[in-house]
Amino acid sequence: MTGLRYVYAVCRPFGTPLQSQLTGVGGAPPALLRHHGLVAVVSQVPAADFCEEALKAHLEDLDWLSVTARAHQGVIDALTTVTTPLPLRLATVFQDDSGVRTMIEAREDDFLRILDRLEGRVEWGVKVYLEPEPAAEPAPAGQPASGRDYLRRRRQSTHATEERWQRAEAFARSLHEGLSRYAEDSRLHAPQNSALSAEPGRNVLNAAYLVPRAHSEEFVELVDRTKDEAPGIRVELTGPWAAYSFVGEATP
Amino acid sequence: MTTPSRLPEPYGQGSGANLADILERVLDKGVVIAGDIRINLLDIELLTVKLRLIVASVDKAKEMGIDWWESDPALSSRARRDELTRENAALRERVARLEELEPGRAPKEAP
Repeated sequence: MTGLRYVYAVCRPFGTPLQSQLTGVGGAPPALLRHHGLVAVVSQVPAADFCEEALKAHLEDLDWLSVTARAHQGVIDALTTVTTPLPLRLATVFQDDSGVRTMIEAREDDFLRILDRLEGRVEWGVKVYLEPEPAAEPAPAGQPASGRDYLRRRRQSTHATEERWQRAEAFARSLHEGLSRYAEDSRLHAPQNSALSAEPGRNVLNAAYLVPRAHSEEFVELVDRTKDEAPGIRVELTGPWAAYSFVGEATP
Repeated sequence: MTTPSRLPEPYGQGSGANLADILERVLDKGVVIAGDIRINLLDIELLTVKLRLIVASVDKAKEMGIDWWESDPALSSRARRDELTRENAALRERVARLEELEPGRAPKEAP
């Protein structure tokens, strides 16, 4: 059975070799397919797993999906350390090398334009969480003394929750404004579901920032400095990522 | 509450990326190219994947003992229902007690 070609990314030719022990989706080592002035990073995947029908079924399988997503991201991550890759979406698969070459030719101008824009830049992810309310809430114990007392307590507790939310949102807004000024570009993503991310607290900001690699240290310090600024609020930084969130058109 | 050793492995150079961070990028971002194998990730398949992901992780999280959202009325409709039921019962009890204290008053008050 012949293998299919799984394409991870398109880059400009680069000099540094990839780590020799790097493996891609399905365990095969990624190879470089050079065409015109571009390089596609590809690996062979079994047709049995990546034909249309099998792929559809696999994508519904959380375990398969997480292993594949991590392998995909692993290759992109390795590329990010040696060049500026243009990451393709998960499961971009061709029958053979000539299919990949045809694709490169068809999209060459797009690729070159985006690669120019992203050259030397990385993406940082910043998330703000409103921590779960402390268990030892100073709520008055025992039965309310009267209906009025009951309503008052209820109003107070709603009010406190509302206030925590407003504080967290104001914090997130000002953090985002500050980081956007420093970054070249930014994207706001939908807040993550806490069940999916397994992170405690409620995600109130989920943003990505495009930052020149050379300025990344300052950016990280900028984020770190805000970490202890507000009680009950947690700031998380991830990266450096390939510029996944910025492969589309730049914000006007 | 949590058992960090069993949470998704951090990925990359010191990044604290969780599985959601990775899926968010590899499924929703990145250049979209129609390969020879036509899979439209934006189609219905992805929706089912996402729905199943949430369900699956809730179960996995529960296995790990992470279930605080179950009792948070803002996050769980069941907790919200439970809270309303509790309130309702407490209020009924109070009304009954008040009526006992002043028997016959409530009906007479009707205009």
